[in-house]
Amino acid sequence: MKVKMLSRNPDNYVRETKFDLQRVPRNYDPALHPFEVPREYVRALNATKLERVFAKPFLASLDGHRDGVNCLAKHPKNLATVLSGACDGEVRIWNLTQRKCIRTIQAHEGFVRGICTRFCGTSFFTVGDDKTVKQWKMDGPGYGEEEEPLHTILGKTVYTGIDHHWKEAVFATCGQQVDIWDEQRTNPICSMTWGFDSISSVKFNPIETFLLGSCASDRNIVLYDMRQATPLKKVILDMRTNTICWNPMEAFIFTAANEDYNLYTFDMRALDTPVMVHMDHVSAVLDVDYSPTGKEFVSASFDKSIRIFPIDKSRSREVYHTKRMQHVICVKWTSDSKYIMCGSDEMNIRLWKANASEKLGVLTSREKAAKDYNQKLKEKFQHHPHIKRIARHRHLPKSIYSQIQEQRIMKEARRRKEMNRIKHSKPGSVPVVSEKKKHVVAVVK
Amino acid sequence: METAPKPGRDVPPKKDKLQTKKKKPRRYWEEETVPTAAGASPGPPPNKKNRELRPQGAKSTHILKKSRISKKPQVQKKPREWKNSESQRSLSGAQDPFPGPAPVPVEVVQKFCRIDKSRKLPQSKAKARSRLEVAEAEEEETSIKAARSELLLAEEPGFLEGEDGEDTAKICQADIVEAVDIASAAKHFDLNLRQFGPYRLNYSRTGRHLAFGGRRGHVAALDWVTKKLMCEINVMEAVRDIRFLHSEALLAVAQNRWLHIYDNQGIELHCIRRCDRVTRLEFLPFHFLLATASETGFLTYLDVSVGKIVAALNARAGRLDVMSQNPYNAVIHLGHSNGTVSLWSPAMKEPLAKILCHRGGVRAVAVDSTGTHMATSGLDHQLKVFDLRGTFQPLSTRTLPHGAGHLAFSQRGLLVAGMGDVVNIWAGQGKASPPSLEQPYLTHRLSGPVHGLQFCPFEDVLGVGHSGGITSMLVPGAAEPNFDGLESNPYRSRKQRQEWEVKALLEKVPAELICLDPRALAEVDVISLEQRKKEQIERLGYDPEAKAPFQPKPKQKGRSSTASLVKRKRKVMDEEHRDKVRQSLEQQQELQQQKEAKTKPTGAWPSALDRFVR
Repeated sequence: MKVKMLSRNPDNYVRETKFDLQRVPRNYDPALHPFEVPREYVRALNATKLERVFAKPFLASLDGHRDGVNCLAKHPKNLATVLSGACDGEVRIWNLTQRKCIRTIQAHEGFVRGICTRFCGTSFFTVGDDKTVKQWKMDGPGYGEEEEPLHTILGKTVYTGIDHHWKEAVFATCGQQVDIWDEQRTNPICSMTWGFDSISSVKFNPIETFLLGSCASDRNIVLYDMRQATPLKKVILDMRTNTICWNPMEAFIFTAANEDYNLYTFDMRALDTPVMVHMDHVSAVLDVDYSPTGKEFVSASFDKSIRIFPIDKSRSREVYHTKRMQHVICVKWTSDSKYIMCGSDEMNIRLWKANASEKLGVLTSREKAAKDYNQKLKEKFQHHPHIKRIARHRHLPKSIYSQIQEQRIMKEARRRKEMNRIKHSKPGSVPVVSEKKKHVVAVVK
Repeated sequence: METAPKPGRDVPPKKDKLQTKKKKPRRYWEEETVPTAAGASPGPPPNKKNRELRPQGAKSTHILKKSRISKKPQVQKKPREWKNSESQRSLSGAQDPFPGPAPVPVEVVQKFCRIDKSRKLPQSKAKARSRLEVAEAEEEETSIKAARSELLLAEEPGFLEGEDGEDTAKICQADIVEAVDIASAAKHFDLNLRQFGPYRLNYSRTGRHLAFGGRRGHVAALDWVTKKLMCEINVMEAVRDIRFLHSEALLAVAQNRWLHIYDNQGIELHCIRRCDRVTRLEFLPFHFLLATASETGFLTYLDVSVGKIVAALNARAGRLDVMSQNPYNAVIHLGHSNGTVSLWSPAMKEPLAKILCHRGGVRAVAVDSTGTHMATSGLDHQLKVFDLRGTFQPLSTRTLPHGAGHLAFSQRGLLVAGMGDVVNIWAGQGKASPPSLEQPYLTHRLSGPVHGLQFCPFEDVLGVGHSGGITSMLVPGAAEPNFDGLESNPYRSRKQRQEWEVKALLEKVPAELICLDPRALAEVDVISLEQRKKEQIERLGYDPEAKAPFQPKPKQKGRSSTASLVKRKRKVMDEEHRDKVRQSLEQQQELQQQKEAKTKPTGAWPSALDRFVR
């Protein structure tokens, strides 16, 4: 007879002294872990609920401006520094860690229309309603010096926007035409126009640095190549585009913030259909900025809210609003991709977390592991109706909520009408136009 | 123990000094390895290749991963780069005799695989498909890793083997006790409790505690390993059944009238009057549900975490006194006097399934821990083992002289039956195989008729309650040797138990999720997907994902005549039509072949008895 009994030595399973850690032997055999899926589901449900409980995105409000904030700019080298221009011509530089204004400049008479920093971070440019372009030093004046711009360029017409080249000492302004300037000269290197309308914004491509995009009030978006003296091509949409923003990771993708409450992500190579139509706002979209990862962007709207969209989703994943925030005019995603800043009509700049329920500060390794595990679980069970409902739930102000309902009814009615038209006409005579193609009027090369 | 010669010892000190001069300052623990590379190693000087040893190892694991699991795992594939060059040598000059990651047996990897690759999913978009592929690859990788971690398991299961020709069933407990070590021998004991008559017993989930209740009101709980008594009371009422709740601190006792809950001091915490005349108790640990079967024919689910009755189901089959739970999917099996076993979940008013098992009433039911086999015994003196994976067909049957009144499965699939005052144990081939009923593995005769049976979790022990008290039998190879410390730890401290309790309550599975397949929640919901698609087509009036009909492109130089356009169109249409026909033909042929394979007689000649073959 050969016999062996299961006989464990307790010393192998119990800690020696109370100062030791407890011993936890593991066995990953699925038979010892029954109800794996239902338990994971419950964990995912709990994680989703906790995410909503901890969703407190609002961090700070920076007040000090005496008029609506019209434009924002990030410092390229310093995460804590932010520049803002107001409607009364005042430019303020803020320190985000202290949440304080560290410098105030009366830069222009009338609006500050645009502000941008030089790629090296030593100076910045502003354009205003007083037809001037001014270059300022980033550091304040020394003791006893006066606050003065480094250079001032007096133009003939009003400039409405400015953007700096990402690598060279060149910047572009827009107004009646798109002007490209050398920093050392007082005349533009070249001016480009296509049509005769005021251009509201111009943006350099951060990857293909010679490319520019601009949008004008005659409903078109025009693309330029700086190396040629003529524009490349343009796309005409249903309504006016307010701003565009290039994707910092994919050279040929840009997103346009449109007056028809939608955002359009275009591929520069095929402008006839947008890659994605992002709709959730209930009023004109005024500004858009990409996250440095290029996976998401944030949009500011006239409906007093900002929304975060993934680039491949047509619906927003997040909406931020407060009772006191009025029409949001400008928005920026910070370079560490953790925070969002928005400047609004009622003179405040607000700082938000990009991920509403994220815990700030240093995480211990166990916290990090738990966070990663919960994230994976949420991802795995995201399509289950109960979890989906909780994850999607957002409180909205009454005005936005009722407008969403109203617009849903309008959209349904339009669709029904179209369906009826197709049904009662000769088959094939009324084509079905997809949502993407509906909003593009023409592409001109 | 041999120690490696201290490097740098045989190097002349002058040289050493020179070298140290050249190098930047190092930590004292680094100094030991570095001079070996520089001075003492007979191999080539430390170049870049030498330092890349580890990444190369990593690369080879990558190759293994890509090639999926090797079909012949014991024969290791040696990547060619390992064989040839001297540069692959380690610092000491010796070659690694077992290069690359350790081989993993296929069966072990199979155990950890969760995704069923054979199942076809409906036609999905490219994005979803690629995501599925990524998930599958990840799953394979993790299952290989988990399989590799099996090497670290500390304990081996027990066994009992006879000399050639010797029948293990002839070996009596005294022999086993004599042969095994003292610690194991102490696990065999008898409690002589003749006064309060036949006992029911229950082990806690960790296998550390034992509770038993006598028919005449004697209830006790003890830490049976140290033999420390926790409480002992007499409830002055008949005790029908006894069960630990999620931890050893709570104890449910089915008394003559009502269900009572005691704590480990013997203090009565609750008397649940809504569960009356309860005959059997089952606790579902992950759902925190106490299932009670009563004389009145009701199956009642009590949520012990909030104290609410979740469901009270009328089985419509008279008195219920045969009950067991399926530990794999928390479905309750009830045995009835008409020979059927019905499967219940609290979410349904009707049974999930009814299985006709015996002619005459069912006396006992037991389900094994993997949820694949169910053993039943009936008044017809039959003992049957059923397959629970969809077919519900009996796998093996055996007629016992007296019939079994009590059945239980162990963690490793041993089946025990209590017949009068005899206990028989049958073993299968492996862990998940059904027990073979031909030859018993062990038998034991007790001092009174058996009234309750349970294998102790994580110990090779079988607890038997009978009219003469409690007997703890040694059954080598019954229990799972390696427990998981986070799931149920026999050696856990009080703090660990408290921590575990909070975690377990947080992930309490809702009662509505009990169904036959517990993995159904993670599968693609094909039915509602198709339904939604149908609704979308109805709403839109067209199928947005339908393939557009072929439209020939206009061609230059007068070749775009109407006739040629129609011709080209016709050509494509014909091609598609032929494809369709070919596919349907292939399908038909397959069906035909399957039918033929089914109807083919097993013998050379068709027999008259073939008509009874299912």
